[in-house]
Formats: sequence, C-alpha cells, structure tokens
Amino acid sequence: MKELIKRVVETYGPSGSEECIRDLIKQEITPYVDEVQVDALGNLIAIKRGGGKKLMLASHMDEIGVMVTHIDENGFLRFYSVGGLSPFSLIGNRCYFANGTVGVFGMEKLDEIKDLSMKKIFIDIGVDSREEALKKVSLGDTAAIKREFNDLGNRLVSKAMDNRVSCAVLIEALKQVQNPVYDIYAVFTTQEEVGLRGARVATFGITPDVGIAIDVTRTGDTPKSATMDVCLGKGPTVKVRDSSVLCTPAVRRHMEQVAKANGIPYQLEVLEAGGTDAGAIQLTKSGIPAGVMSIPCRYVHTASEMVDYRDVEQGVRLIVKLMETDYQG
Amino acid sequence: MLLKKLSEAFGPSGYEQEVRAVLEEDLKDYVSQWQRDALGNLIACKPAATGPRVMIAAHMDEVGLMINYVDDAGLLHFREIGLDDRVLVSKPVLIGKQRIPGVIGAKAIHLQKPDERKQVIPSRSLFIDIGAKTKEEALERVKIGDYVIFATKFGEFGTGMVKGKAFDDRSGCYALAEILKEDYSIPLYGAFTVQEEVGLRGAGVAGYAIAPDLAIVLEGTTCHDLSGADEHAYSTVLGGGPAISFMDSSSIGNKALIHELVRIAEENNIPYQLKRSVTGGNDAGRISLSRTGVPAVVISIPCRYIHSPVSALKLSDLEHTISLVKLFLRSVEGGFRV
Repeated sequence: MKELIKRVVETYGPSGSEECIRDLIKQEITPYVDEVQVDALGNLIAIKRGGGKKLMLASHMDEIGVMVTHIDENGFLRFYSVGGLSPFSLIGNRCYFANGTVGVFGMEKLDEIKDLSMKKIFIDIGVDSREEALKKVSLGDTAAIKREFNDLGNRLVSKAMDNRVSCAVLIEALKQVQNPVYDIYAVFTTQEEVGLRGARVATFGITPDVGIAIDVTRTGDTPKSATMDVCLGKGPTVKVRDSSVLCTPAVRRHMEQVAKANGIPYQLEVLEAGGTDAGAIQLTKSGIPAGVMSIPCRYVHTASEMVDYRDVEQGVRLIVKLMETDYQG
Repeated sequence: MLLKKLSEAFGPSGYEQEVRAVLEEDLKDYVSQWQRDALGNLIACKPAATGPRVMIAAHMDEVGLMINYVDDAGLLHFREIGLDDRVLVSKPVLIGKQRIPGVIGAKAIHLQKPDERKQVIPSRSLFIDIGAKTKEEALERVKIGDYVIFATKFGEFGTGMVKGKAFDDRSGCYALAEILKEDYSIPLYGAFTVQEEVGLRGAGVAGYAIAPDLAIVLEGTTCHDLSGADEHAYSTVLGGGPAISFMDSSSIGNKALIHELVRIAEENNIPYQLKRSVTGGNDAGRISLSRTGVPAVVISIPCRYIHSPVSALKLSDLEHTISLVKLFLRSVEGGFRV
C-alpha cells in the first residue's frame, strides 16, 4: 500500500484543479465498484452496491496550493494561496504546475522576518520576461507544493498527505471489503481546503443515511506542540468535534464499537481548529448523521506532512469493518 | 438613463424594492414572466424548450446604514450594513423611504484630543444629524430600523466615465437588464438578487429555485489601478474590459466557462482582463453550491472606490461586458459541455 500512497501524494491536484488525481483514483477503483460518476463540481462518486442503507464515505482529494494572480515584466509570478498556507512554510520550497513547470518561492527584502507575508513572496520559474513566462503559465493557473514521498520506516512523509493518505485508505478499503451491508457511496471530494464545497453538493445528490468523512488531523506529540491528545502510531482517530462539526454522537459510538469489536486501536480526537467534509455532510437537506475518522498527521499544511503507516493500516481495517457493519442509529 | 436611475435608487440590503421597481418598469416590454420569491429576489424568466438553463445574477442591494437608536438631542445612531468606519464622517445621507436629508456628524477637529486625531472615528462615536432638536421631533420624521443611503447624485465626468453610488452592483444590474432585452433560444433566467452584501443570502435561494445548468454572476468589483499601488495589487484596470475571475474567497471559477469566455472575447476583439485579486466573495459562492452543484463564473465591471459614498466606472467596460455575455449566450444556444 505504500506504493499506492506514494502515487497519490505525488499526483498534482490543488483545489479546483483535481483532474489528474481524479483520473488516477478513478482508474484505481473502477474494477472494484459498480458505478462511477463525476458531478458538476468535479467530485468522483463511486457506488458499490451491497443493498440496505446508503453509507457515504468522503475523502477529499484536493490539496493546498497557490494560484497565479500576476506576472511582472521580468517574469516573476505573484500568487494567492489556495487553502490555508503559512508564508513561512514557502520560503526555499518549490511548486509545480499541471504542465510540469517548476517554480521557486522567493521573497522581497524584509527588515525583519516577522514582516513576511504572502504579498512579499513571488514565484521564480527561471525566465527573464513576461513573454517567456506566459509560454509556461497563465494567470489563474494553480501550482501544488513540490516535495517527494519518503518512506522513513513506520513513518511516511510527503506533501499532500492531507488528504491523499485518506484517499489511499478509501481506495484500499474498496478493494478489501468483502460483504458490504450498505449501498456504499465512496466520494473523493473537491475543494475541501477552500470551504468543504464538493462534499456539500455531493451529499445533496446522494442523500445518504449516514456519512463518514476520512481526513487527517493534527497531533500533540512533537516538542512543545500545542496540547492535543492525538499521537502518531496509536491508531486512527474517531473525531468528537472540530470547527465545522460536532460529530453525531450515535455515529461516533458506532465507530468506537466497531473498532473495539474488531480489536482496532483508535484515539478520540478533539480538534480545536480546522474543519472537515463532515461539517458539510451533516447540514445537508434536513440533516444527516455524520462522523469522521482521521489519520494523525504531523506538520499539516506544509511540504512535509508525516503520518504513521500503522495508523494507515488500522484505518483501512476500520473503514472496511464500518462498511460491513450496519449502523442502527 | 437606466444606470442613473439604478445608481440613485434607495436599496441597502433587505430593502431592495425601489431597485426592483426600476428594473420591472425598464424591462416590462422585454420580459413577460417574472418570479418574486420570499426573500425578494426578482427573477426574469425567458423560458425555452431546449438548450442549457442559464442563470445570470446581479445583486440589487447596496451597502448602507440602519438607524438603531435616537438620543434625547434628536441625533440618530446607526449600525453599518457592509460599510466601514473610515468612509462615513461628514457625508450627506438620506434616511428612509421619505429620503429625509441628514449629515453624518462627529466632534469637530478643534475639540478632538491629540489621540483622537490619530484614529479613524469609530461609527459608535458618529451620529446622523437631521436638524431635529429633540428625540420626539426626530421620531416624527424617522423611525428605528430605517435604512440610510449616501446622498450621491449620479453624473458623467472625464471621458466616458460616470460617478455615482452603488455601482456595486447596480452596474451589474444594468448589464443584466440590457442583456435581457434580447431574445435567445435557450432558457434564460435573470436573477436580480437581494442581501448579497450581508452574506450572499438571496442568491442561495434563487439558485436553488432556478436549478440552472450553468451560471454567470455580474459584479461591480474593486479597481485599484491608482498611483502608488504595485501593479500586482491593481485587482483590475479601468478601461481594460470585463474582468473574469479565476477564484475568490467564495468560489473557484469553472475552467470550461472561463476558457469559453476568453475565446469569445479574443475572437470578437472584445477587451477583457483576468482579475488579479482573489479576496472578497459574491453570489457565485452560493449559486455554485446549490443542489448538486452548478458550474459558475464571475464577470466584473471594474469600479474604483466601491463600498464608499461614490464610485467611478468607465462606460466602455460596461458595454464590453454586455457584448461579451450576449455573445456567450449565443454560443451556448447549441449546447455547452462543462
């Protein structure tokens, strides 16, 4: 499965430009599902029929990135972030566009480093003029952070672990599941990083009986980190709340029971800031019971997001068991 | 002139009836079917049997103030609707349906302490003077909950330029009205929406009701092509033609729609520009997320000094916006794949 993770994290796909990653996932899952659809916002909706209620599993496939807003006469690009990026995470890093063009983030002269803001940063794509730049990029093009996948043993690190590692979990679960007790709607959603947008319209179309989002979450296990009782290596989490959702208690209990019944280690997650697709799912139409399973991840929204492979494996087990266990509500 | 009437109409968010009346009157010979919904959106329907259902939206509401308290000295206190403190002091205003004239007052500079002079006067220290001496006298003319607009007259200036209040988004309303004066062979829904400035509220329900196959939002947008600004901070350039948005804080433009608009503009020698800033939101945010999702794009008319008592635009930008959208509608008469 590490090979699958490497491929999905290294594939290009910032919010609003999910075509490449969608094609890859589509190819990967098509043999294992009954039907595949793409909607107006670009969500990839795979249906695996097991009868019974509708279970929606949502994993967003977009990643954070930047969008070109201006090209100056010397060919330097100005940009705006797509999703939540810190300017401090960019300096010295590179980005790449859908056509393979690579750029370096550089900054204007600053009196003090704390003065750094997105407005002071530009992208250098190695050209000398606006004309040359325009042969490689256009205004409105998006770039993803460029950083390769590294296997550190138990730990894996790359750009876009948020949220491709969860895409890999959902893909793998679709491959492994034997006896689904639902009509499963596995949705690889778009534009989560800019406001849970894809999940909202996908849920409207599906109207599931229960929805579970799969995403990454922060941890509190690094030196002097913010307090948070989630660690790498102790299993996937069952979310209690974040800024977008108070998970439906019955769904949360169901997820915990399924984990316990199958000997799957899990951690309870209380995330102070940040949102997930579950927030959009839960408030669709007249309301939908919703929960979240997260893969713990260090250094979220940087070029080097780190997860523990054992959490990923246990996450797959939990999702498979959730597909095979009826939710009583 | 329609743009003058629209600009001078009284219509802060939640009180759009005057703007609605101007539009209904102007379009009465061109639109036979209207819908008015519970929030006050006005939807001009031009049904047709085949082709994609297209929704074009422009919001009728403008930024303004609302009276929330009248004090014993007969001065009116207020809350802002989409405005900020810096543009308020010493402006003439009109209050309520009767357009009672008033002036936004503050302590004179001679009486301000050194510290106060350095600060923007906060709106809670401002008041509206309508020339009343007592609370009772003031309440004979205005009441709590009355809306307030800037008393700005529309006018032409320079070469091909106009100035007036509320070009955000009466310029979009003007463009949409002109577009609706022609007939197309596709089902077309012109939505004049309410309450955009307070949270894109009208567009959400209008988008749900219309359930379009694709949507265009017409906006009056920021234009900062001014001395002292870095070129990459211009947002848009006056006279540069309609500004097409790739992204803003509420939506990411549909790529197929953007490419089609660019293609049409280039083929027909219509000047256009790509908007350089991505802050702010607009009705596309709600329309694109209604039901199972709608491919949407925003086309904006560059307006200097928006969200203030007076804004300025170039008429050629407005005309080019109208031409571009009309050509787009003709081009999708044979269908459109997003």
